[in-house]
Amino acid sequence: MTDLHMNDTHMDDRANRNRLMKRIALRFGLYTLLILFALYYLMPLFVMVVTSLKSLDEIRTGSLLSLPREIDFSSWGKAWSSACTGIQCEGLRPYFWNSVLLSIPAVAISTLLGAINGYVLAQWRFKGSNILFALMLFGCFIPFQVVLLPMALTLGALKIAGSIPGLMLVHIVYGIGFTTLFFRNFYVTIPTELVKAAKVDGAGFFRIFFAIFLPVSPPIIVVTIIWQFTQIWNDFLFGVSFSQAGTQPITVALNNIVNATTGVKEYNVDMAAAIIAALPTLLVYVVAGKYFIRGLTAGSVKG
Amino acid sequence: MTDWLEKHVPKLVLAPSLVAIFVFVYGFIGWTAYVSFTKSRLLPKYDLVGTIQYEKLAASPRWEVALTNLAIFGILFILFATVIGLILAIMLDQKIRTEGPLRTIYLYPMALSFIVTGTAWKWILNPGLGIESVFRDLGFENFSFDWLVNPDLAIYTVVIAGVWQSSGFVMALFLAGLRSVDGEIIRAAMVDGISTPRIYMSIIIPSMAPIFLSSFIVLSHLAIKSFDLVIALTGGGPGYSTDLPATFMYAMAFSRGDIGQAASSATVMMMIVTAIIVPYLYSELRPRHD
Amino acid sequence: MKKMLMVSSALALGLATTAAKAEPQAEVLHWWTSGGEAAAVKVLMEEFNANGGTWTDMPVAGGGGDAAMTALRARVLSGNAPTAVQLKGPSIQEWYEEGALGNIQDVADAENWDELLPEAIQYHLKCDGDYCAAPVNIHRIDWIWANASILEDAGIEPPKSWDEFNAAAEKLQGMGILPLAHGGQAWQDATLFEAVVAGLGGTEFYKKALIDLDMDTLKSDKMVEVFDQMRVLRGYVDDNFSGRDWNLATAMVINGEAAFQIMGDWAKGEFIAAGKEPGKDFYCSSPTGGGYLYNVDSFAFFNVDGDDRQAGQKLLAKLTMGKNFQKVFNLNKGSIPARLDVSMDEFDSCGVQSNKDLGTAIEQNALLPSYAHGMALRGAQAGAVTDVVTAHFNSDMSSQEAVEQLAQAVAASQ
Repeated sequence: MTDLHMNDTHMDDRANRNRLMKRIALRFGLYTLLILFALYYLMPLFVMVVTSLKSLDEIRTGSLLSLPREIDFSSWGKAWSSACTGIQCEGLRPYFWNSVLLSIPAVAISTLLGAINGYVLAQWRFKGSNILFALMLFGCFIPFQVVLLPMALTLGALKIAGSIPGLMLVHIVYGIGFTTLFFRNFYVTIPTELVKAAKVDGAGFFRIFFAIFLPVSPPIIVVTIIWQFTQIWNDFLFGVSFSQAGTQPITVALNNIVNATTGVKEYNVDMAAAIIAALPTLLVYVVAGKYFIRGLTAGSVKG
Repeated sequence: MTDWLEKHVPKLVLAPSLVAIFVFVYGFIGWTAYVSFTKSRLLPKYDLVGTIQYEKLAASPRWEVALTNLAIFGILFILFATVIGLILAIMLDQKIRTEGPLRTIYLYPMALSFIVTGTAWKWILNPGLGIESVFRDLGFENFSFDWLVNPDLAIYTVVIAGVWQSSGFVMALFLAGLRSVDGEIIRAAMVDGISTPRIYMSIIIPSMAPIFLSSFIVLSHLAIKSFDLVIALTGGGPGYSTDLPATFMYAMAFSRGDIGQAASSATVMMMIVTAIIVPYLYSELRPRHD
Repeated sequence: MKKMLMVSSALALGLATTAAKAEPQAEVLHWWTSGGEAAAVKVLMEEFNANGGTWTDMPVAGGGGDAAMTALRARVLSGNAPTAVQLKGPSIQEWYEEGALGNIQDVADAENWDELLPEAIQYHLKCDGDYCAAPVNIHRIDWIWANASILEDAGIEPPKSWDEFNAAAEKLQGMGILPLAHGGQAWQDATLFEAVVAGLGGTEFYKKALIDLDMDTLKSDKMVEVFDQMRVLRGYVDDNFSGRDWNLATAMVINGEAAFQIMGDWAKGEFIAAGKEPGKDFYCSSPTGGGYLYNVDSFAFFNVDGDDRQAGQKLLAKLTMGKNFQKVFNLNKGSIPARLDVSMDEFDSCGVQSNKDLGTAIEQNALLPSYAHGMALRGAQAGAVTDVVTAHFNSDMSSQEAVEQLAQAVAASQ
């Protein structure tokens, strides 16, 4: 990418042609690199998809990266509706809905709380508000293994142990730090004069929020939703600790399929189950990925 | 009354979240710190016994390995994810025609949990199944890539998989940063005949200092919390050569029934986190003059 | 405590008569999630439901029960313990000491468990003299699985001691055949280790070393020999063994890529799933010379509220020990029944052998609880031993150093 071999003794048009060649070579090099990186990123997904379409015999004998001799979708059906996750062999389906029921309200509530917190911390500062913000941020960094046991005690005391609302509470609490950070950093870029002017016009705290701030927020809402949804949907540790029969999320079921210790392993079903469990988040990234970058550009990354 | 309400409404609105954070973060950290001074086994007990757990921790060779690994993993993971993320962002910023699909490809690993990708990575990195055997089948008889099974090198495979997962997110941050750099300055620099690499090196990259900081924070938080990654990829092995503090703590608390020891390691972890994060928060939130 | 127990057993006796009225409920936490295992437990669920109960399944797989134990701890702390939990070994007593376990002595009395179970096994299931858990099976851990055709070609008999094993392995290595298929995960390393301890040291040595944690034994020359043998075994394993799942190692023996694997009797399921026949396509033998390393899975019963759930515990305990379940479950799982009066007619030759060896081991007092599978030591102590074993096996640590580290680690874990 650097111009090391400039030779200024050549004639002008030769130099021009050279420059053109170099530009083409550079472009070519650039695309090659980008594609190489893309291959690196795609490799695990490729392995998973290919394996899920092979028969068990072929997996045992064949090479990891080879394409399936015969495409066989049966392991997908099995993973969705008949793989054993315990005594019940109903696949991922029932757990999928648990995860949906859990993540949608949890994402919505934590996003809303983050928005309102961010609004206060960015636009209605008071003495000590920065310290409070710092304390909230620090909460993002607590390793989740640390909180498992005291959380269990607390959920028991609140009488919501093992229930979906209990699990929701956990996700909301540990999501607030990040959602507040996103919104606060976004709202900080909006001039404070705006609030002052609105106040002079007689608008109150909530009026200003709903009339002025919320309408400009979609980019950062997208970022926050993507982040929170990914975190909550993919969570295993909280899911396994704070659920009981009937409320287990999909990651726990996936783990039951994939991590059975003393039985015969069906790798094709494992891989199909893994992809199914990941589909919602993948979909969110593919569909909303563009808005993700746009939302980040819109200010969330400005410190 | 309404005046008072109007004045304090911001604080009231903030209060529920704050209460939650104080109980669920700081209360729990305090609880853990307290338990680290007890002899809790299967379930927490509350009789204080002094600093025995910390002495045991200091004498444990496994904890030493975990801390060393955190240093190796943390530094390499943050470094490579940042560099690769930055390079990808700069390359994508060159008016690439297929930017949309490529960006999604780089970003998608962030959407997957390691419970999902762990097995695939394990196969890819396994010498008998993955890259090594593929290259050997292609005729490169001496090709060797056996880090996963080498106790001295296995931690680097954790870095590879970690970078794979997170560098796309860093790319997104940098790409967003590049898009918000003032176009006027760059045009002016180009008119002055400054070469593209130099524009990047001396104008654009320095202007993105806040993004470096943000990505540093995101990455260091991922590094400290890294748990699924190790469990899925190596299970802490070979031996316990890829243990990290988070996996150590989990093993003590849940497979060994030694909650006191787990709490002491968690407390040390929290101190490390504090040492990294507090200076950042301080620099980030001190009053500015802009 | 005593008084409470008396009250509760009196209550329980009263319950036994009224139990029929409260509909038995059971939420069962376990990690039998693979197809074969699930089919095995399903038998129990069907019997449970057929007796008027309602079974709620709470499976949590992963890490050989680690994830399930995480869930269990959270459930107990939040005052929401499951009705029955797959637990085993000293962890049953540990939970009892935390005050979390209930009592099923009345069921055991009514069903005569003391007569039906080997004494060594009873010991694991009792808390302060009363039954608090019901056994499901007996797994034998110290099996050497062998590929029959490889052994025939090489003219080797299934090895019955470590000397024989080493001789066979040397011969195989000379022929260019990989002697030992092994998966480098800490628990698998520990599985090798305990088979070596029992085989080289004998039953007394095993008991002193891995049950009593006797310092002199742990530091003895014999223990150095044990680690020497571990180093020798390391030489029989291929380079790629790290992190390999046990079933992939079994597949290597099935496919003739390796001659032997040392693994518990659940490995048999893989052979049978691949259409192989014991005694014909593969062999099972033990290197311990009369010792019998076992692992007993069981259901422990936690303190729960409500007549329906307590009735559920009693019904579950009764059915778990039922002849039919013990037979069907173990036919599926590769293990053998825990109660001694189940007919072995339908079991394969390895199962029959296991049952026969069990009888001999009971007579000779050579039943050895498996340390690697959580039967001999409490979690913290077993973990401390495993740390050293796996660190030694996966590095070039000397046997002498390993022995010193072992003594230190064990002392620190007390």
